[in-house]
Amino acid sequence: MFEASPINLKNLTRQKIFRFLLGSMTATLILPVALILGTLIVKGAPVISFDFLFTSPTNGMTAGGIFPALLGTILLVLVALLASVPLGVAAAIYLSEYAPDNWFTRAINLAIINLAGVPSIVHALFGLGAFVLFFRFGTSILAASLTLAVMTLPVVIVATRESLQAVPMAFREACWNMGATRWQTIRRIVLPNAVTGILTGVILEVSRTSGETAPIMFTGAVFFLPFLPQGVFDQTMALSLHLFVVSTQVPEMPEAVPYGVALVLIGMVLLMNSASIALRMYLRGKKKW
Amino acid sequence: MVGSNAVNEDRSLVKDGTEQSPVKLGVENLSIHYETGPALQNVSFDIRKNEIFGIIGPANAGKTSFLKAINRMDMFNPGMKIDGKITFDGTDISKVRNVYGLRSRIGVVFPLPVGLPLSVYDNVALAPRLAGLKNKAELNVIVERCLTRAALWDEVKDRLNSLGSMLSGGQQQRLTIARALSQDPELLMLDEFSIAVDPVTTMRIEDVLKELKNEITIILVTNLVQQARRLADRTAFFLEGQCVDVAVTEDLFTGEVSDQRTRDYVEGRFG
Amino acid sequence: MNKQTRASSKTTDFDRLNRDWYIDKAVQILVFIGGISAIVFIIGIFIFITKEGMGFLLGDFSFKEFFLSPNWRPTSENKATYGILALIAGTASVTGLAMLVAIPFSLGTAIFIAEFATGKTREFLKITVELLAAIPSVVWGFIGLAIMNPLIIDIFDVPVGLNVLNAGIILGLMAAPIMTSIAEDALKAVPDRYREAAEALGATRWQVIYKVVLPAAKNGLLGAVLLGVGRGFGETMAVLMATGHAINIPGSVFDSVRALTATIAAELGETAVGSPHYKALFTIGISLFLITFVINLIADLVVRGVKKG
Repeated sequence: MFEASPINLKNLTRQKIFRFLLGSMTATLILPVALILGTLIVKGAPVISFDFLFTSPTNGMTAGGIFPALLGTILLVLVALLASVPLGVAAAIYLSEYAPDNWFTRAINLAIINLAGVPSIVHALFGLGAFVLFFRFGTSILAASLTLAVMTLPVVIVATRESLQAVPMAFREACWNMGATRWQTIRRIVLPNAVTGILTGVILEVSRTSGETAPIMFTGAVFFLPFLPQGVFDQTMALSLHLFVVSTQVPEMPEAVPYGVALVLIGMVLLMNSASIALRMYLRGKKKW
Repeated sequence: MVGSNAVNEDRSLVKDGTEQSPVKLGVENLSIHYETGPALQNVSFDIRKNEIFGIIGPANAGKTSFLKAINRMDMFNPGMKIDGKITFDGTDISKVRNVYGLRSRIGVVFPLPVGLPLSVYDNVALAPRLAGLKNKAELNVIVERCLTRAALWDEVKDRLNSLGSMLSGGQQQRLTIARALSQDPELLMLDEFSIAVDPVTTMRIEDVLKELKNEITIILVTNLVQQARRLADRTAFFLEGQCVDVAVTEDLFTGEVSDQRTRDYVEGRFG
Repeated sequence: MNKQTRASSKTTDFDRLNRDWYIDKAVQILVFIGGISAIVFIIGIFIFITKEGMGFLLGDFSFKEFFLSPNWRPTSENKATYGILALIAGTASVTGLAMLVAIPFSLGTAIFIAEFATGKTREFLKITVELLAAIPSVVWGFIGLAIMNPLIIDIFDVPVGLNVLNAGIILGLMAAPIMTSIAEDALKAVPDRYREAAEALGATRWQVIYKVVLPAAKNGLLGAVLLGVGRGFGETMAVLMATGHAINIPGSVFDSVRALTATIAAELGETAVGSPHYKALFTIGISLFLITFVINLIADLVVRGVKKG
C-alpha cells in the first residue's frame, strides 16, 4: 500500500464531509415522514376495530364505521383493473414485441409519459366530459373506474413492458427458428417468464388506484350514500374521498376518525406496495437463466 | 412446385447420386446487406436433396447471414436487406406468405446454444406441440429419439423436468440440435454445432448426420475444415461475403478445381 | 427414421395459411389497438376538455382578463369575473417552495443512495423511497391539515397554519421520493468504467462523483427535476387541503393561497354543466394540460439527449 500523501488526506476528509452531508440529507428526507407515519399510527390505531371496518357511518359520519367507503374503493379498483390490465398488457406486448423503431412508436411512448404526467384533476375533467356526459354513464362506478383506468394505464404498460423485455431476445429467436408464430412465441416463452413481473405492476396499479381522489370526485364517488351500490351504474363512497370529507367537510368531527381513515387508506396502499416489492425481490432471487 | 419426396432411392454412390437428385434449395444472385454494410454478395448455387452441403470460411464470410436469409429471419431484423432469389422446393421464399410454415420445415442450429427456459422435455416437445401434436405417447417417442440422436439422452434422461436453460453450455448445444431435429425438418442447417461439444460426442453426432442424410438435406456451416471433409458431399468456400468456390468436397481438398484462396484456406495458410 | 409426422401433417404446400397464422394476425391487430390506446387517450383528453371549455374560449371572456386579472369571482351576483392570476401565483409559490425543498434533498439522497450506500443500507433506502412515493396525495393533504397546521401555528406564532409554507413543505416531501428515484436511475446509468477510470487515476469517491458522475448524468438529473416540477404543479388534493384556500397573491410564505388545480376540485361540483363558471374551470384544465404536456415533452427530450450522448 501507498502512504497517504497530504493532498490525498485533504481529499479524503472532504469526501467524508460530503458523505456525512448527503447521508444527513437522506435522513432529513426520511425521518420526518417516519415521524408523521408514527403519529398517524398512534392517533389512528385506537379507532380501528372490526366495527370500524365493517359498519356504515352514522350520526353525520361522526360515528360508526367506514364499510361503504372501503367497499366502494374495492369496487372502483376492480372495475378499473378489468379495463386497464388487458389494455395495458396488450399495449406493452405491442411495444415490446411488435413495434418498429420509428416516430410512431416514439409518439406512443411520449403519450404514455404524458398520460402519467397529466394532473389528476385534468383526468377528472376528462372523465366528466367523456364518460359521465358524452358516453352517458352518469356519475357512476363505471365512469369513475374508467377515469382511473386511463390515469393508471401507464403503470401497467411500463411494468409489463419492462418484464417482457427482461426475457432475452435469444429465446424468441430460438422459438421463431422452429417455425413458431410471433404469438406462439409470446404465449409459450415470453409471457410465462414475464407474468410475475406483470403481477408486480398490477399490484402497484391497485395501490395507485386506491389512493386517488381527484379523478373520482366528479365522476362517481360521492361524500355520503345511505345505501351500498348495487351495480356499476350506481354512485359509491370511496376511502380516499371519505378521508377528504371527514377531515374538511364535516363540522364537529371527533379528531380520531380522520386519523383512523387515513391509517386504513395508507395501510392498504403501503401493504400493496410492499407486496409488489417483495414479489419483485423474490423474482430477482429466482433466476431461470 | 417441384419436389416429390415420396421415395428416397438408395444411394450408394454419393458423388454421382447428388448430381442427379432434385434441387432442394436454389440460390440465385443472393446478396445480403446490413446497415453496416454488405454481408454477402451475389452468391448462386443449388443445394440438392439428400446431400450434406458444407460451407467453410473464416469469420465474417457471410455464412451465418446466409442461413438467416434462408430462414427468413430478416422479418425480425429490420436492418437486414436481401436481394436475389432463394427457392425452397421451387417456391420463391420471398413470396411466401406463411413464413412460419417455411421455418417449421427448416431446422437450424446457431453457434450460440439456447436452452429455452422450459423443462428439457418441453424444449424438445415444443416444435411438435406447435405443429398441433398433443398425444403424450407420440411426444415421448419424439423426445427420446431426438435427444438420443443429439447424443444427450443418456445425460438427461433422469432429469427431463429440469430447466433446459440451466444445462451446461455443451448440453444446451446438443439440446438445440435435438430441438431442431424435433421439427422433423426437410432441411437441417447446422452452424458450427460442435463448438462446445467434446470430440467423442461430436463424432457421434456426425454419424447421426450421415444417417439422416438419407432422408433430409443438410447444410453444414463449419470452421473446422476437416469436419466438412469428413461429412460434406459438396462444399462452398465463403470469403468476405463472396462465394469463392463450390465443388465436390474432395476436389476442394485435392486442389483440382480450386481457386488459390480456397487452397490456401483448406491448407491452413490463413483463416 | 420414424416418419409419422411428416407423412401426415407435412405436405409440400407449406405456404398454406393455417389457423395459427390467422390467430397470429388477429393478435397483432389486437395488441396494436392496445398500443395506440395511449395516443387515443391523450388526444381524447385534449378533445373532451376543449369541448367542454370551448364556449368560454370563444365567447365571453378576454384572454387578457383571464390570465392577467387577479380577480376570480365566478359566483359574483352582478358581475362575475374570471381572472386566474392569483391562482397562478398560488400554484407558482407553492410549487416554487416545494422545489426549493425537494431539489437539493432529493438530489442529495439520490447521490447518497447511488454512490455511497452499499448492500443492505442501499436496499433499505431504495425501498423506503419507493414506499414514500406511494403515499396518496389525500393523505398528504390530511397530514398538512392535521399535523403541519398546528405545528406551524406553534412554531412561527401565526394565526393560520394553512399557507404557502405548509403546502410547499408537503408538496416538497411528496415530490422528493419520485425525483430521488428518477435521479438515482440517471446516476446508475453512468457506466461504471467512467468511475473505474477516474478511480484508477487516484481520485477519491467524491471527486469521481463531482468531476465525472454528475456531469455525465446532468441531463437525467435535469429530467428528474422537471418531472418533479410537473408533478408538484399538477398536484391537487394536497394543495387543496394545505394551502388555506384563499384567493390571494402571496406576500410571504405565511399567506394562504389557492392553486389552479385546487380551484377546479373545489368548485366544479357546484357549477351547472355548460355555465360560464363550468367552462372557465375547464379552461383552467386546458391550461394545466398544455403546461404539463410541455414540461413532460421537455423532460423527455432532455433525458433522451443524455442517452444519445
